[in-house]
Amino acid sequence: MLRFLIRRLSSAFVILILISAFTFLIFFAAPRDPAVLACGKNCTEAAKDIIRDNLGLNDPIAQQYWEFMRGIVMGRDFSVGRCDAPCLGVSFNTDLMVWDTIVDRLPLTLSLSLGGLVIFLTLGLGAGLMAAAKKGTVTDKTLSSMSLVFSSMQIYFLGPIVLGALVFSSGIMESPRYVPITEDPLGWFTGLLIPWFVMALIFTAQYTRMSRSSMIEQLQEEHVRTARAKGMSRPYVFFRYAWRGSLIPIVTILGMDLGALLGGAIVTEMTFSLAGIGRLAVDAVTNIDLPLTMGVMLIGATFILMCNVVVDAAYAYIDPRVRLG
Amino acid sequence: MTSPPQAATAGNDTTTAGESASLTEEKTDTTQGTTAGRSPGQLMWMRFKRDRTGVIAGCVVIFFFAIAALAPVVGWIYGKDPYTFYGLEDMSLLDPFGYPTGSPGGVSGDHWFGVEPDLGRDVMMQLLYGMRTSLYTAVPVTIVSVILGVLLGLVGGFFGGKTDYWIGRVTDFFMALPSQLFLISTMPVVVALFVAPDKETPVYVRFLAMLIILSFLGWMGMARLVRSATLSLREREFVEAAKVSGASRWRILRKELLPNLYTPILVQGTLMLPMAILSVAFLSYVGIGYTEPTPDWGRMFQRAGEIYQDNPVYMLFPGIAMVIFIVSFNLLGDSVRDAIDPKAGR
Repeated sequence: MLRFLIRRLSSAFVILILISAFTFLIFFAAPRDPAVLACGKNCTEAAKDIIRDNLGLNDPIAQQYWEFMRGIVMGRDFSVGRCDAPCLGVSFNTDLMVWDTIVDRLPLTLSLSLGGLVIFLTLGLGAGLMAAAKKGTVTDKTLSSMSLVFSSMQIYFLGPIVLGALVFSSGIMESPRYVPITEDPLGWFTGLLIPWFVMALIFTAQYTRMSRSSMIEQLQEEHVRTARAKGMSRPYVFFRYAWRGSLIPIVTILGMDLGALLGGAIVTEMTFSLAGIGRLAVDAVTNIDLPLTMGVMLIGATFILMCNVVVDAAYAYIDPRVRLG
Repeated sequence: MTSPPQAATAGNDTTTAGESASLTEEKTDTTQGTTAGRSPGQLMWMRFKRDRTGVIAGCVVIFFFAIAALAPVVGWIYGKDPYTFYGLEDMSLLDPFGYPTGSPGGVSGDHWFGVEPDLGRDVMMQLLYGMRTSLYTAVPVTIVSVILGVLLGLVGGFFGGKTDYWIGRVTDFFMALPSQLFLISTMPVVVALFVAPDKETPVYVRFLAMLIILSFLGWMGMARLVRSATLSLREREFVEAAKVSGASRWRILRKELLPNLYTPILVQGTLMLPMAILSVAFLSYVGIGYTEPTPDWGRMFQRAGEIYQDNPVYMLFPGIAMVIFIVSFNLLGDSVRDAIDPKAGR
């Protein structure tokens, strides 16, 4: 297990370095002078010079990248002040440290995605199991067609409908907002309830479909039939034998979804006007704030890679045939 | 993995497999209902025709493509276009606050889907032209990513060894990129490749930028699929036979392997198109894809998000249209899969 973790983590680390180099190259070296990009419309020659100087753009690209990477490990000094150890640079627009801005927005994105995850995993797996157990009945057909419709919905369509129904026309609930859980747990919960459920409805549908088909497949397996034939009870076989096997494809998708969500639930955050990482990314891009964009990308990639490692470790836990090492 | 049953009949497989690809081929006469003497393509078409859900979904999808492609014709009959500010020409359409008068959303005999608040454009025309923009972007994106994926998968799977290893690592690398973040953040960079930042960006540049980025990020799934299918096909007797009889590598790829891959490629392709449509919509929704005044499906949601509290009807038509379209596409995909591989029971 330990050897597996070390190996996977180090290969993830290599990919992360590659991604950082790749994005750095795209943003800072590719098409034109990044200073012009950063400066946008109505740019003066003097403003460009300041930006070039601030970014160290007059240095060769390899040196710039080296400085950037060294900054992550050792920190850097900028004209606006000292940037401490995990230093991802300084934002063009706000002059704030990129790392601090991201850390500031992280709790919201964490709460949003993990809370949503708990809901959609419970609902999705539950509904999928139920549909698979009662395959061909009315329950199965209702659940399957519901999940088909919801999986085809988009958050930017469903979100406003739910908001309109629950908040603006009836006033049953308040507009979604984020309060840190440490300050007011109840407010944290009620504030994020609507985004969680809207997000969960759409994701649930996917998981219902997948868990159903994977479960049906498993129930037709020989070892499941053998277990039933030798007289084991139906629920025992259902959960101990079939369910466990059906989890493999679900864990795969779950890892991908979670990684993507942690790097910013962009549409959800936009729809409900919540200021998380996703919102930060969109703002950074529309303001052509290269250091901030770069920082968000790296954080997003880190989450995805970490989730991949966790998923691979989870395979071994679920399926004893999978060997680690 | 679906492999056409004729794959084992080594010698003359190229002709039959070629036919299996043409799904749309309609020369079958199913009146006799016998399966003997029919090509896999004909059998597939027979099975598909029997699946009522699939046929209806297929019709809906065709209908959407048709009205999107024929948007100018519909506009000509309907007498409107997506750019005119009807609210400014006819002051009675909007109230002093800029909201449509009369029925909710301003739905009327003149404006079937209502008028847009503030600007007073016709919603139906916006939607039709918007769908046109989305589909015209998503279809080329899908085609380019399919070609890229098939090429890389085929080459990796067939040549194996170092080539395969490096293509595999590149695939892994692209899969580890946070795709949504990457989409939005590279858009301005790619646009800047074509236009100076102080100039107005023409629509075709936005289209090109989206085409480049979306197909750059869209080929990995296809490449993996094609690679694994190629790996299993490579060892089959008919490929061996072709090798022994002195066929060139290029000929084996093109004439022996590719025809047998049409089915998985088709199935994966039907999955990729709705994803591409949603990606284009996503870009426009966050304000990075198509911008005013280009009518676009995703941009309508962005606009709707600003005004839905006071005028929810504006969102209804594009939203419902999108749900119907994506549902039909998913159903169609399921039916095509069933028709191709009836044993894979859902």
